[in-house]
Amino acid sequence: MAAVLESLLREEVSVAAVVRWIARSTQGSEDNAGEAAALSSLRALRKEFVPFLLNFLREQSSRVLPQGPPTPAKTPGASAALPGRPGGPPRGSRGARSQLFPPTEAQSTAAEAPLARRGGRRRGPGPARERGGRGLEEGVSGESLPGAGGRRLRGSGSPSRPSLTLSDPPNLSNLEEFPPVGSVPPGPTGTKPSRRINPTPVSEERSLSKPKTCFTSPPISCVPSSQPSALDTSPWGLGLPPGCRSLQEEREMLRKERSKQLQQSPTPTCPTPELGSPLPSRTGSLTDEPADPARVSSRQRLELVALVYSSCIAENLVPNLFLELFFVFQLLTARRMVTAKDSDPELSPAVLDSLESPLFQSIHDCVFFAVQVLECHFQVLSNLDKGTLKLLAENERLLCFSPALQGRLRAAYEGSVAKVSLVMPPSTQAVSFQPETDNRANFSSDRAFHTFKKQRDVFYEVLREWEDHHEEPGWDFEKGLGSRIRAMMGQLSAACSHSHFVRLFQKQLLQMCQSPGGAGGTVLGEAPDVLSMLGADKLGRLWRLQERLMAPQSSGGPCPPPTFPGCQGFFRDFILSASSFQFNQHLMDSLSLKIQELNGLALPQHEPNDEDGESDVDWQGERKQFAVVLLSLRLLAKFLGFVAFLPYRGPEPPPTGELQDSILALRSQVPPVLDVRTLLQRGLQARRAVLTVPWLVEFLSFADHVVPLLEYYRDIFTLLLRLHRSLVLSQESEGKMCFLNKLLLLAVLGWLFQIPTVPEDLFFLEEGPSYAFEVDTVAPEHGLDNAPVVDQQLLYTCCPYIGELRKLLASWVSGSSGRSGGFMRKITPTTTTSLGAQPSQTSQGLQAQLAQAFFHNQPPSLRRTVEFVAERIGSNCVKHIKATLVADLVRQAESLLQEQLVTQGEEGGDPAQLLEILCSQLCPHGAQALALGREFCQRKSPGAVRALLPEETPAAVLSSAENIAVGLATEKACAWLSANITALIRREVKAAVSRTLRAQGPEPAARGERRGCSRACEHHAPLPSHLISEIKDVLSLAVGPRDPDEGVSPEHLEQLLGQLGQTLRCRQFLCPPAEQHLAKCSVELASLLVADQIPILGPPAQYRLERGQARRLLHMLLSLWKEDFQGPVPLQLLLSPRNVGLLADTRPREWDLLLFLLRELVEKGLMGRMEIEACLGSLHQAQWPGDFAEELATLSNLFLAEPHLPEPQLRACELVQPNRGTVLAQS
Amino acid sequence: MILTKAQYDEIAQCLVSVPPTRQSLRKLKQRFPSQSQATLLSIFSQEYQKHIKRTHAKHHTSEAIESYYQRYLNGVVKNGAAPVLLDLANEVDYAPSLMARLILERFLQEHEETPPSKSIINSMLRDPSQIPDGVLANQVYQCIVNDCCYGPLVDCIKHAIGHEHEVLLRDLLLEKNLSFLDEDQLRAKGYDKTPDFILQVPVEGHIIHWIESKASFGDECSHHAYLHDQFWSYWNRFGPGLVIYWYGFIQELDCNRERGILLKACFPTNIVTLCHSIA
Repeated sequence: MAAVLESLLREEVSVAAVVRWIARSTQGSEDNAGEAAALSSLRALRKEFVPFLLNFLREQSSRVLPQGPPTPAKTPGASAALPGRPGGPPRGSRGARSQLFPPTEAQSTAAEAPLARRGGRRRGPGPARERGGRGLEEGVSGESLPGAGGRRLRGSGSPSRPSLTLSDPPNLSNLEEFPPVGSVPPGPTGTKPSRRINPTPVSEERSLSKPKTCFTSPPISCVPSSQPSALDTSPWGLGLPPGCRSLQEEREMLRKERSKQLQQSPTPTCPTPELGSPLPSRTGSLTDEPADPARVSSRQRLELVALVYSSCIAENLVPNLFLELFFVFQLLTARRMVTAKDSDPELSPAVLDSLESPLFQSIHDCVFFAVQVLECHFQVLSNLDKGTLKLLAENERLLCFSPALQGRLRAAYEGSVAKVSLVMPPSTQAVSFQPETDNRANFSSDRAFHTFKKQRDVFYEVLREWEDHHEEPGWDFEKGLGSRIRAMMGQLSAACSHSHFVRLFQKQLLQMCQSPGGAGGTVLGEAPDVLSMLGADKLGRLWRLQERLMAPQSSGGPCPPPTFPGCQGFFRDFILSASSFQFNQHLMDSLSLKIQELNGLALPQHEPNDEDGESDVDWQGERKQFAVVLLSLRLLAKFLGFVAFLPYRGPEPPPTGELQDSILALRSQVPPVLDVRTLLQRGLQARRAVLTVPWLVEFLSFADHVVPLLEYYRDIFTLLLRLHRSLVLSQESEGKMCFLNKLLLLAVLGWLFQIPTVPEDLFFLEEGPSYAFEVDTVAPEHGLDNAPVVDQQLLYTCCPYIGELRKLLASWVSGSSGRSGGFMRKITPTTTTSLGAQPSQTSQGLQAQLAQAFFHNQPPSLRRTVEFVAERIGSNCVKHIKATLVADLVRQAESLLQEQLVTQGEEGGDPAQLLEILCSQLCPHGAQALALGREFCQRKSPGAVRALLPEETPAAVLSSAENIAVGLATEKACAWLSANITALIRREVKAAVSRTLRAQGPEPAARGERRGCSRACEHHAPLPSHLISEIKDVLSLAVGPRDPDEGVSPEHLEQLLGQLGQTLRCRQFLCPPAEQHLAKCSVELASLLVADQIPILGPPAQYRLERGQARRLLHMLLSLWKEDFQGPVPLQLLLSPRNVGLLADTRPREWDLLLFLLRELVEKGLMGRMEIEACLGSLHQAQWPGDFAEELATLSNLFLAEPHLPEPQLRACELVQPNRGTVLAQS
Repeated sequence: MILTKAQYDEIAQCLVSVPPTRQSLRKLKQRFPSQSQATLLSIFSQEYQKHIKRTHAKHHTSEAIESYYQRYLNGVVKNGAAPVLLDLANEVDYAPSLMARLILERFLQEHEETPPSKSIINSMLRDPSQIPDGVLANQVYQCIVNDCCYGPLVDCIKHAIGHEHEVLLRDLLLEKNLSFLDEDQLRAKGYDKTPDFILQVPVEGHIIHWIESKASFGDECSHHAYLHDQFWSYWNRFGPGLVIYWYGFIQELDCNRERGILLKACFPTNIVTLCHSIA
C-alpha cells in the first residue's frame, strides 16, 4: 500500500490512474503503460488501498488532534483492541501492521516477526492493522480466534487502553497498544459502538528508531511481495532513505521553532487538564497556534495526498463521506501540535524524539491539507445548512489559505435558504378515541372492550409518569413501571385486544416521535446572523451558553450508534419491560403493514417542465409530505428492526466457527419479518431509493451480528453497497438523482457502514467495478429519486450527526475544543401534514386511463385536489346514507316493532326472531342506497372541486376534473355501500330492537311520555335536590329525636309544598329518581300530617298543627299528586301499617284527617275504593293494641259505608263539618 | 368557592368524629358562616365518607354485628319508640343508615330461611314499610331520615344535584352557542368513556375539548379518584378538558393546567371560540 502512495508521490503514476485503479479492478484504457505496469504489480492490494489511506491519515494527524473529537473511520483496521483482552502479545495487530512496511528496522523486527506468525496472522494480508483490528478476510473465512484480534468492544475508546509497558517488549509498533499520550477521546465512551480510528499515537518504537522516517522514502524494492509474512517488520516510515535528509533538517528546525513558541506562552506547554480531559482550556489562555500558508512544508506532497484522498471521497470509495469531512474539519480547526513529553515522563528522552510525524509536520500542514480537500468538495459544503456555511465562510484559516474557496462559501452562504430549525420536543397528545375503530362493535366481547378501556388508561398513566420522572436521576423505567406494564399486558388475553393495543401504541409512537411540537423553534442559520453583531468574543460566549443550555441532547459524535432519543426511549423501554411475545408479534405485524403501506404510497412525482411559480408552492407541499412519510417510515422501521432482531441481540460476542455455521443454518430458515429485499429491489427499480433506503437503513441498524452473514441480507448489503458506489455526487445530469437526495443516501449509508454489527470488511471487499450499479432500463423516467424531495431540514433531521460538523466549527469560534456531546438537538420536522390515504383505484377501464392521461398534463395539485375531493365526498356520502336512509329504516323498524309488541302482547316474542322479521322487511330498501349515493356524489363533488381549484382553471379542465371527482367519489361510495349496506342496516336495526326491548323492560311508566314545562317557564323553580333535602329535614324533625326548640312553622310547610308545586311544574331540572323520591316523601309527609306528628314551632300552646291548617296542607298535597306529579305516587303507603301505626302513638287518636284523606283520594280518582278497601283489609292482619284495632275497624266500616260515588256538595259539606273523626273515635 | 389547602384543613379539622346529623351540620354552618352551605355540606359528606371507609371493616366483623344486634334487641325491648338504632350508630361512630342496613341484614338472616339478597335489602331501606317488623321499620326509617351522609334519600339528593348541574351546564353551553355532544350521544356512538360534554369546537383560552360537571367539593381524595377514573381517561381520548367543581375545590389541586386538566368552580366567563369566518 505504501508503495502505491510512494509511486504516486514520486509521480510515477497519476492521481487519476490511482483512483481508477482503486475504483475498478481492471485498468482503464486511458492509463498509460507505465502506470499500468506500476499498478498491476500491486493488484492484490488494490482493495486495501483505501483503508490504508484512511488509517494513514488518521495516524499522521494524531499529534494534531489528540483532544479533538474522536474521528471514527470504518476501516478493517479500525477496530481498537479490547482494553481488557487476554494478555499476551497482541498478535494480529502487530503482524498486520508489519506487513505494510519494508523490514528496515531490524531491531524490532527480530522479535516481532515470529510473534506475528504465532498469532496466526500470516495469511492476513489486510492493511493497516495497527489498530489491532481483525483482518479483512476474517469475517468471511471465520478463521479468527475468539478474543484475539477480535473486534473491540463497542465504545471502548482509547482512555482505558493500556499505556506502554516496557515489559511487553516487541510490540512497539502497535499503536493500538500504545496510545498517544493525552489522547483521551471524550464523551460517553461506553455508548459509542461506532468504530473509530483514534489518533494514532507515536509509538515508542518509533521514538527509538531514529532517524525519523519520511513517508516518501520507502524504496520501491520493498514493495510487498505475494508472501505477506515477508513484509513483517518495520512500521511505516522507518528506514529513512538518504534523500530525506533535508526534510529531516527542516523538521528539526520546525521543532525548535515550536518549542520556542511554547516556552513563550504564558502557561505550561502541556497543562495537566489537557491530559485527562478532552476539553482544552476554553479561555484562550493557551493561544492557538496560528496557521500560516507560508510555512507549509512539502506542499506538493500534501497536495498529492489531498488529491488522492479527495478523489477517493468523491468516488465514494470511503465508507462514510461525512466522517471524512469531519476529519478534515478537525484538521482545519486543529489547535496545536501536541508534545508528548510531559505526559509520560518516564519514557523520555526517547519520547521526545517521537514527536515528529511525517505527513503533518505542523498546524500549517494540517490546515493546508484540509483546505485542499475542502476545495474539492465545495459542492457538498455548499449544500450544508446555512449555519455551517456561515461558520465556514467566517473561518479565518480558510480565508487565509484559500480566499477563493472562502469567497465561494460566502456566496453560497448568502444564497442559502437552508435554515434548519431546532424544534422543541413535542408535548404529549393522546391518540383520540375514534368510535369507528374503538367502540364496542370492534371487540369480540364486552369483557375485551372493557379490558381495553382500562388498558388505554393504564398506558397513558404510565406514559405520564415516564414524562414526569424519566429525567430524574436514579429513576429507572423497569423499576418504576415494569410491573405495571406487565400486569397490563397480562390482561390482554384476546388476540383482538392485542391488535387494538398495538394500534394505539403505534399511533402514539408516530404522534409523539414524529410530529413536531409546532413552529417557533430556534433556527440554526439565524442565530449567528443575530449574534455576529455582538462581535466574535461575545459570539463565542453565547455559543458556549447555548451549548450549555442545549447540552442534554447530544447526537453523539459524527457516527452515533442507533439510539432512541426523547420520547422514543419510552416506547423502547415499554417494549422491553412488557417482554410480551404476543405484543411483539402484533407490533411487528402492524409495523410491517404500515411500512408497506407508506412505502407504497404514491407520492406525486416531479414534472421537470413545470417550473412556474405554482409548482414552487406545490413543491413545498410535496416536500413536506415526503418528509412526513419518510420520517414515519424511518421511525416505524427502526422499531420494527428493534423488535425483530431483539431475540438475537445480546452482549455476547458474535459466534464463530461451527457454532456460527449452525446458527447460520438455523437462521437462514427463518423468513424475514418483512420482505425488505424485495422492497429494496422494487424501490431501486422504481427509482424510489430516496424513500426506501433511509428506512431500510434504520431497520438494518438493529440487526444482530449474524444477519449480515445470511444470504438474504447479504444480498441487501450488496445492493446497498452498489448503490453507495453509484451515488457519485459530481455526476449531475438529467435523469439522475437529485444532489440532496444523494447526499441523504450517502449519509445514511455511511452511518450504516459504521454500525458495529455490519462486518468491517463488507465495504472494502465489495467488488465495485464489475458490479457497477445499474439502473433498470424499464424504470420510469422520473422516479422519486429525480425529484427534489430532500431539503437540508430533512437531511439534518434524518442525520443529526451531520450537525457535528457545525458543532466543530462553532467550537472553534468559541475557543472551546469540539467534543462529543453538545448543543445539537435531534431535529424534528416542522410539517404537520397528515398522511393522505391513497384513493382506491379499482376501475381499470378506459375511463381510468383517460383520467390518468388527463392528469398527466396537469399540475400535480390538480390531481391531488380531485383525489382528495373524491375521497372525502365518497366518505361523506356513506355517512349521509347512514344518517338519512338507514336512520329512516331504523325508525320504521322501531314502529314495526312497537306494532309487533302490541299485537303479540307483553312478551313480544323472541328478539332474534323479531330481528329477522324486521330485517327481511327492511333490508331490500338498502338497494336505494346506491341510487342515493350516486345522486349525493353528483351533487356535492363539483362544488368542492370548483372551490379548491384556482379560479383561473380553464372551463374544460374544470369540468373534466369535476367529472373525474364525481366518478371516483361515486365509485368509492358505491363500492362500500354495495358491500356493506345490508350489514349496516342489520346492525343498526339490531341495536334499535335491543334498545326498544330494554325500554319495554322494568319501568314502562317511567319511560312514558312526559310533559315538559311550559314555553314561558324561566326555570326559576327551586331545585329538586333542595326540596328533597328540605322535606327530609321536616321528616327527620318529625321522626325525631329532636331538641326541644326544634320545629317547623306551618308557613314553612305551606311554602315548601308551594315550592314543590313549582318544581314539579318546571321540569327543567327534574330527573325521574328525584321525582320518585319527592313523591314518596310527600306521602310520608301526608302520613305525618294525618298523625299530627309534625312538631310546630311557636308558643307552647300551639305545639300541634291546627286542624284547618292540616287540611289545607293535605289539600295542597292532593292537588300536587293529582295535577303535578307525572310519575307514580306510592299512595298506598298512606295505609301501610307503619304509617297508620303513627296514629297509635297519638293521644287522643284523631282519625278524621285520615278519613278525610281517603275520601279525597277516591274523590280525585287517585286511588280506587277497592284499592283502599284492600289496604284497610290487610291492615287488620297486623298486630295492633286492642283499642287501636277496634278504632281501625270502625274507620273501615265508616269508609265502606260511604256512597260509592259521592256528590260534590256532599264533599263540600263534609269539609265544613268539624271533628267528625274525633266524634267517631270517641264513639 | 375555591379554598386553599389551609382553609380546607381548618374545616376538615372540625369534622373529626362528628356524627352526620342535621344538628352537626347546623353547628358547622355557625362555625364557618362565610362559607356556602352547599360547600360545607359537601366537605362534611366527603370527610365523613373517608372516615367511614377507614373504619368500615371494624363494624363488619361478626362479633361487632352480633354485639350491635343484641344491643338493638335489648334496647327495643325496653322502649321500642326510643331512637335505639340511631343512638347506637352515633355511639359507635358509624353512619346511621349503614347501621340500619347492618341490623336489618342480621334481622332478616334470623327471620328468613334464605339469606336476604342485596336488592331486597335495598328495597326495604328505600321503603321501610316493607320491613316485616314494625318496630324495626320505624327504627330504620329514623336512621335514614336522620343521616345526612348515607342512605337512599341522601343518594337521591346527590344524584339530583349532579343532574341539576349538568342541566345547568348544558344551558350555559347552549346560551354560548357552543356545539357539543352530551353523554347520551357519546354513549350511543359507542365511546367507552364519556365526559358530560364533548365540545365539537375546542374552546380557546385554555384549549378544552370536554367538560365534566362535578356537583361536589373537590378535595384531594375525590379529585385523585376522579383523575384516575375519569379525567385522565378523558384526556387520554379527547385531549385537554375542563372540570367544574360547582361547590369549589382546593386551590392546590389545580396543578395540571399545563398538561390539560383545568379546574374551575363555575362556568368560565371568558370563553373565546374559534372564529369561523376571517373578516
